[in-house]
Amino acid sequence: MPFIEWRLKPQTGDNTLDTMESIKQTFFQECEDLLQDLESGLILMNDGEGDDETINSVFRAVHSIKGGAGAFELTDLVKFAHIFENTLDEIRSDRLEATKEVLTVLLQSSDLLMDLVEAAREGGSCNEERSQKLMDTLAGFIGAPAETPTETAMPDFEPQSMDDMGFQPLVMDFGFDGDGDDQQAAGFSIHFTPTAKMYAHGNETARLLATLASLGDMKTTCEHADLPDFDDLEPEGSYLSWDIELTTENEEEDVRENFEFVEDDCELIITPLGGISLPELPVLEDLEIEPTPVAIEPETLEVKAPEPEVKKTETKKNTETKTAKPNTGAPATIRINLERVDRLINLVGELVINQAMLTECVVDAGLSQDPSVSSGLDEFKQLTRDIQESVMAIRAQPVQPLFQRMSRIVRKAASATEKSVKLVLEGEFTEVDKTIVEKLADPLTHMIRNAVDHGIESPEKRVENGKPEEGIVTLSAAHRSGKIIIEVSDDGAGVNRERVKQIAIDKNLIQEDANLSDSDIDNLLFMPGFSTVETISTLSGRGVGMDVVKRAIQSIGGRVVISSTPGKGSTFTISLPLTLAILDGMLVTTAGQTLVVPLTSIVETLIPSPEDIHPMGSNSVINIRGTFVPLVDVGHELGFTQEPTDTNNCVVLSIMTDDGVQSAVLVDTIQDQRQVVIKSLETNYGHVPCIAAATILGDGRIALILDVDHLIEQAGQRTPSPELPQIAAE
Amino acid sequence: MTEEAQHFGSTDGNEFISFCIGEQEYCIDIMAIREIRGWTPATILPNSPDYVQGVINLRGSVLPIVDLAKRLQIKETEPSERHVIIITQIGTQIVGLLVDSVSDILTVQDDIIQPTPDVASEVANAFIGGVIALDERMISVLALENILPNFVESEAA
Amino acid sequence: MSLSILAIDDSRTMRDMLNFALSDAGFDVTLAEDGQQGLDALDGYMPDVIITDINMPVMDGFGLIEGVRKMDALRAVPILVLTTESSAELKQRARSAGATGWIVKPFDKAKLVNAIHRVAA
Repeated sequence: MPFIEWRLKPQTGDNTLDTMESIKQTFFQECEDLLQDLESGLILMNDGEGDDETINSVFRAVHSIKGGAGAFELTDLVKFAHIFENTLDEIRSDRLEATKEVLTVLLQSSDLLMDLVEAAREGGSCNEERSQKLMDTLAGFIGAPAETPTETAMPDFEPQSMDDMGFQPLVMDFGFDGDGDDQQAAGFSIHFTPTAKMYAHGNETARLLATLASLGDMKTTCEHADLPDFDDLEPEGSYLSWDIELTTENEEEDVRENFEFVEDDCELIITPLGGISLPELPVLEDLEIEPTPVAIEPETLEVKAPEPEVKKTETKKNTETKTAKPNTGAPATIRINLERVDRLINLVGELVINQAMLTECVVDAGLSQDPSVSSGLDEFKQLTRDIQESVMAIRAQPVQPLFQRMSRIVRKAASATEKSVKLVLEGEFTEVDKTIVEKLADPLTHMIRNAVDHGIESPEKRVENGKPEEGIVTLSAAHRSGKIIIEVSDDGAGVNRERVKQIAIDKNLIQEDANLSDSDIDNLLFMPGFSTVETISTLSGRGVGMDVVKRAIQSIGGRVVISSTPGKGSTFTISLPLTLAILDGMLVTTAGQTLVVPLTSIVETLIPSPEDIHPMGSNSVINIRGTFVPLVDVGHELGFTQEPTDTNNCVVLSIMTDDGVQSAVLVDTIQDQRQVVIKSLETNYGHVPCIAAATILGDGRIALILDVDHLIEQAGQRTPSPELPQIAAE
Repeated sequence: MTEEAQHFGSTDGNEFISFCIGEQEYCIDIMAIREIRGWTPATILPNSPDYVQGVINLRGSVLPIVDLAKRLQIKETEPSERHVIIITQIGTQIVGLLVDSVSDILTVQDDIIQPTPDVASEVANAFIGGVIALDERMISVLALENILPNFVESEAA
Repeated sequence: MSLSILAIDDSRTMRDMLNFALSDAGFDVTLAEDGQQGLDALDGYMPDVIITDINMPVMDGFGLIEGVRKMDALRAVPILVLTTESSAELKQRARSAGATGWIVKPFDKAKLVNAIHRVAA
């Protein structure tokens, strides 16, 4: 029997409020998932692809948010979720048709709900006017009077503070003072006749009487006159009735509450015994509750477990074969503390280093020729690689949630700029390391905004140019040759190169006579201090330009380039490493230093003849099969040596940069090709130009991982060539 | 003022580790020190200030080694087996400081620490949080937060 | 011996809360995420009380109650329904499906514990 969620064991020593606080954090985490379900469901409905289960899951999402919000007294959130939920309930029960108009409002409501959750999380508040307006519109749909914020929005739903979980000290007020001895005993006479149904529902007289007895002194008489002869006795029938005399200081209401669950399954007559009723008393049970909090783990990761066999109950009239849709029937998962996963990844990293070390020992011991040793070692290598891949897969997450968030950005940006824009998602199930997904959020948001703001033309202009009024922004993800490629493209006007160039000249970013290729001009957008909008628009002009995007992507080892066709649109291409932990690299030596060159950037390796290499200014070029390619002397460029590398005794790595530029680098020798564990230099130091990261070699020494693109870029800039833009002094 | 200086004000009696660089004596709050180990060769970091010796592997972490003598513009260290690396925690980062030798553990009362004398050297202002006079010796209290280069502007396009 | 309780809710927050409140009150708690998981959990396990949400994916609370009532061993196990709507309609539906009682969300611990004691020894 699959059991999916670990039980949380109560722990002592922690503080109850902490527990509630951490449950609250769980709530916010859950809200993220629910909001995503909500949005993707609404989008599905908007595209006319929703079915019964879609509206149900949409309803459930809002319902659960309301439920949790109520427990934490998040009134604004509860209030809005309540009317939102009611509207969805109307649609669910076919009392309201989900027209385009309705769905637009629902999508707006989902955005607002997201903002309200965010506000609740940050402890801030949300735009009340916007909230009220949407509530009015929703109320209009369901024909209910709009509730004003001052009214209690839901009679059946009173938000309760966490104190009500039973931890607040109660102020005792007995309502009378001095000697209470003169109070005459009060109570009730109760006649109770259960029906057979009551037992079928799992209630039992004995328990009801036991809890009733806790209210005071009780005398019970069982009436069994109706009991038939044994032969006529139905095993599940009900033949007995009880007369109870309860002496209690409680109210009749409390007594009735005891029978709350069974009032329809029994005959119940309650009459007060002689005497006066007493003032209300606090329930004594509430007083002594020792909080024993549970440990809730801080950050967890949902991990897919093999899906348990789930029999779907046939609740729908026509259960057709369903096409795979996101968010309906998610696979079973277990939640794992992220720290544990990271620890596992670190251990695998150590294992990779250890394996390299062992290989070196074997070679040193002269055992590498031994077939059993070498085959054992190969197997070890393969296993290490498999483990590593599996572990990395734990951290892998589809980019879908991130992409989905972007549709909201597009909606907002489009309405702010009064454009009509549709976001098309492709490859949203591509899996990417969790850390990368998180770090992509900001740059992507910016790029998407940019695409709507600057890329897509105004509707009038589009029509004028013979394009459909609605612009399209496409966001796609794919795995390509060991990298993750994410593209943001629009079908807008493309880069206005004349203007971009002029701005760059005005801002002193390039010289006036600079001779730039189209691609050079496009890439000027990434230069620090560049912003194409003359008047600061509400969207993009926030003092950050595309240079910030570029830097953010570089910080996770990625690259971003732009290509653009006038009148057709622009495409920003981000390429990212598959993982942030391990890389396939080539170990090379230059000027006595060991460096790692990422395998993905190497096209080929060659041993040049000295006559192929030609000096050109202070740089060189190499003739590779008839083409002259810029050649960078790595040791010299990095300042390891003042002497140029001996071209009689060297190796050339032919490189294709992410911008698609062919280049070559010169090193002394190639040592090996292997997997290396990426260790950040930023953790304890900072960014080093031309160096992507560090790694630990088999002998425990550190080798640096070369950022080849950056190196080539730097070498190009060091010797200004007329083709390349010059970056103004920084 | 530096973190150290605030620190002194709030407690009475802190422990410091003192060490020598050439003829000069410096000390660091023991709370900032993770361990002290012998010198091992570091991997050179290109495009880095000359006082950054390089990086070493400390149980799987990559940490930079700063030649304190050069950082404090005293002299250039020709590192050898005799030299010592003091592993310190600076903010969230772990950094190794290359020094000639470690001399003492001092317990210092707050009131002994004097403000840095106004010798007005830039180095003194940036790296010294106060001085301690002890048996004719003068020991400078190192302010660690400025030891590493400032990376804010270092990201070239 | 402490009472054993199977609590079923699709909301992680609610499960955490139920688990916290119930464990704290000394009950032995088992959790499930939907009706089907709840039924799966009952294979070879006899809780003293079942607490279930109504609105859940895969199998809702009504489906669970009907399923439980069909099991010979569990025909009479008390089932408490968690509901935010205290509307008569929903209670009625839950009751005709075979529920024993209900707890209105958001619940406080005393209310929860009290309701449990009313249906189980």
